[in-house]
Amino acid sequence: MDVVLHQVLAGLATGGIYASLALALVMIYQATHLVNFAQGEIAMFTTYIAWSLVNAGVPYWPAFGITVAVAFALGILIERVVIRPVENAPVLAVVVVFIALLVILNSVAGWIYTYTIKSFPSPFPKEPLFGIRYMSPHELGAIGVTLLVLAALYAFFRFTPLGLAMRAAAQNPQSSRLVGIRVGWMLALGWGLAAAVGAVAGMMVAPIVYLDPNMMGGILLYAFAAALVGGIDSPMGAVIGGFAVGVLENLLGAFVIGNELKLTVALALIIGVLLVRPSGFFGKVHVTRV
Amino acid sequence: MALLEVSRLHARYGHTRVLHGIDFRMEEGSITALLGANGAGKTTTLRALCGMLKTEGEVRFAGESIARRMTEDIVRLGIAHVPDGRGTFLNLTTEENLRLGAYVRRDKNAVESDLERMFGYFPRLKERRRQQAGTLSGGEQQMLAVSRALMLSPKLMLLDEPSFGLAPLLVRELFHILRRINEAERVSMLLVEQNAAMALDLADHAYLMETGRIVLAGKSCELKSDDAVRRSYLGY
Repeated sequence: MDVVLHQVLAGLATGGIYASLALALVMIYQATHLVNFAQGEIAMFTTYIAWSLVNAGVPYWPAFGITVAVAFALGILIERVVIRPVENAPVLAVVVVFIALLVILNSVAGWIYTYTIKSFPSPFPKEPLFGIRYMSPHELGAIGVTLLVLAALYAFFRFTPLGLAMRAAAQNPQSSRLVGIRVGWMLALGWGLAAAVGAVAGMMVAPIVYLDPNMMGGILLYAFAAALVGGIDSPMGAVIGGFAVGVLENLLGAFVIGNELKLTVALALIIGVLLVRPSGFFGKVHVTRV
Repeated sequence: MALLEVSRLHARYGHTRVLHGIDFRMEEGSITALLGANGAGKTTTLRALCGMLKTEGEVRFAGESIARRMTEDIVRLGIAHVPDGRGTFLNLTTEENLRLGAYVRRDKNAVESDLERMFGYFPRLKERRRQQAGTLSGGEQQMLAVSRALMLSPKLMLLDEPSFGLAPLLVRELFHILRRINEAERVSMLLVEQNAAMALDLADHAYLMETGRIVLAGKSCELKSDDAVRRSYLGY
């Protein structure tokens, strides 16, 4: 029983990371109706920035803060410079841009930092936190950080005028312009926020999977599965999906299919959800009058 | 000085020209009606004024040129638009829809009291305050669109068929409210309507459009007694 519990809790820790990245995917999806394949690489790249800062002697939490800010700016920059020109382009053109971003960020990271695997520090102490034996302190801390980020995002979108304007711009750009919302900037802000959330996910997962330019490949797949399970247009669904995928992946890996086949779980989930329930479990069926 | 002055305004959708150089003006505090059959270019005129289309020609609002400016900047000058099709934010609540109307305003307390004022005008919206706006009936969404525009506290309101989808009793109620707002707050209104009789009752000036041109202009009472208008648009 202890073993199962341990696997579940560890699954929740990585699940939180999937949830964050899935949420970033959903945020972009809601605004553009496209899945940003480069979301994982943006997270990876910013995690390298954090690594550079820590290596240069900056204490962890200030480095964390700077990285989140840099990621936010990078997200906005990418939207303004790369995405905006293809705003009205056909879907496939935009997908190609996303894939190009993925490849470019991956290669640039490899070029600057080499492909050698690096260890990334955890900000949490080595001794068990609060006497909890079932989870490593980092896993527990990662869950805490993830939940904080999610709560902050929820509060931002739910209770602030800017959050409301961003939601409005994503779902009805024309009406948004008619009430004076600068829709283009709202989209850019969305990219910034998604990149910032991704950066947190990257820094939380790097101590577990180690830092290398390809570290986010598998994680993006899990996040994608999480977003689909939850419903690609539902932020809450993405979060729940993230935790569910994390736990499922861990349990199946430990007891059923073995660790080597873990990634298959993500792929099977993606195909399964698309076949059986394309709107996911929490994807809203919007009520509209004809 | 006229509040709105439009001269030689052309507009097109793609390669199809829809407005062929229209001229008109509105005095501050007035209600002006834009009448005409389907396809005459009434909705297009309102869209062109809001910068939602490619245009040529000149549009001056309170002396300032607003031609070819971005929609969101034009709105910030105090021009609210009740668009064709209502423009409801379907997945947001009624209250969120209304608050978005006041997005560019910084006078928070006045926004709160305006919100209550809208609920006073349209009690149905207050009942549906926390409800997803997509579940409102067509008529309720029309009230929501008018209220959302009013939440801007505009100087000029562009109303595209505000009576569309409303029961006759509600239309009268709505027009009554519009007149009250016009008189009490000096909000000028440019009204596009199919219901010419009601529009002419509310408006003090009117322009008649046909295939992208203005063919007749005058005081509402003059247009009402014009034989051609009466036969074609008033139906008696």
